[in-house]
Amino acid sequence: MGVAVGLSGFAFGVTAAGSGISTAAACVLSLLVFTGASQFALVGALAAGGNPFTAAAGAFFLGTRNAFYGLRLSQLLALPRPLRPLAAHWVIDETAAVSLAQKDRASARLGFAVTGLSLYVLWNLTTLLGALGAEAIGDTAAWGLDAAGPAVFLALLAPMLRTATERAVAVLALVLGLGLLPVLPAGVPVLVAALAAPAVLFLKGRSLKGRSLKGSSFKDRNTGGRNAKGTRP
Amino acid sequence: MNVWIAIGLTVLGCYAVKLAGLLVPAGALERPLVRQLSALLPVALLAALTAQQTFSTGHELVLDARAAGLAAAGIALLLRAPFLAVVAAAVVVTAGLRALGLQ
Repeated sequence: MGVAVGLSGFAFGVTAAGSGISTAAACVLSLLVFTGASQFALVGALAAGGNPFTAAAGAFFLGTRNAFYGLRLSQLLALPRPLRPLAAHWVIDETAAVSLAQKDRASARLGFAVTGLSLYVLWNLTTLLGALGAEAIGDTAAWGLDAAGPAVFLALLAPMLRTATERAVAVLALVLGLGLLPVLPAGVPVLVAALAAPAVLFLKGRSLKGRSLKGSSFKDRNTGGRNAKGTRP
Repeated sequence: MNVWIAIGLTVLGCYAVKLAGLLVPAGALERPLVRQLSALLPVALLAALTAQQTFSTGHELVLDARAAGLAAAGIALLLRAPFLAVVAAAVVVTAGLRALGLQ
């Protein structure tokens, strides 16, 4: 995971430089924003000539998913309050994925700290290297570096697709995210796609209600993989 | 100057949402609906982001070498390859196709 993040950090530095963002600005983004998708979105929007408020809004909307990671992590890690403002900076896709995959609180805390620290150092170093090395590299696309981001996302997503519900959410979000992309401002389609989660839950709730009256086995089949999380007895 | 305004807003906004997630009272997660939602939201967001970063440039939907790269990553995942191999597969296949003159 570290090398993959290093690769995307490098890609970010190069992309930022290619978008006319100064090396200093690229480094400030990686140091203080530290959430890759938002950073890519911001430099992309600025390069496309978007105004600073729209550009920042797109990046902000992309970053809102970290609030939901934080929601799950706060219960899992149970950090003391004074530590939370510090820990918050490291609440990203990768630290959430690693922490949530651990079996108990101690290893989740360790996983969060180790992943957070190493990725923070790596992300910032590679951003600097990428921004400085942009001249030497030339065209990032020729090196396939623009495929690193989506591959990272896919690798994070794959282990989450355990049940029919999760797959339905992913498919609906994919359709919404792509379908609305040409018509809505940057960053907004992703937010609308997030509505796939409540939408699928709502439909599932309705179909469960309807079928449980007939005593169908739908319920057992559909929630079989969830027992470990304790959502169903 | 505009760049720094955008950066300042993004820094504040992104940190605020991270912190908000951690500071929300634990009781908010006790309800099964909230618990299920917070598990499913990352699924929706990651699926949309993966699709967008693969099949679009700006506001346009495109099909290019990145799609083949992502397919390679998907196959690597099915073969239970480690994280790095998954990302490397995407990068190498995408770069290879472009080197062959395919977009």
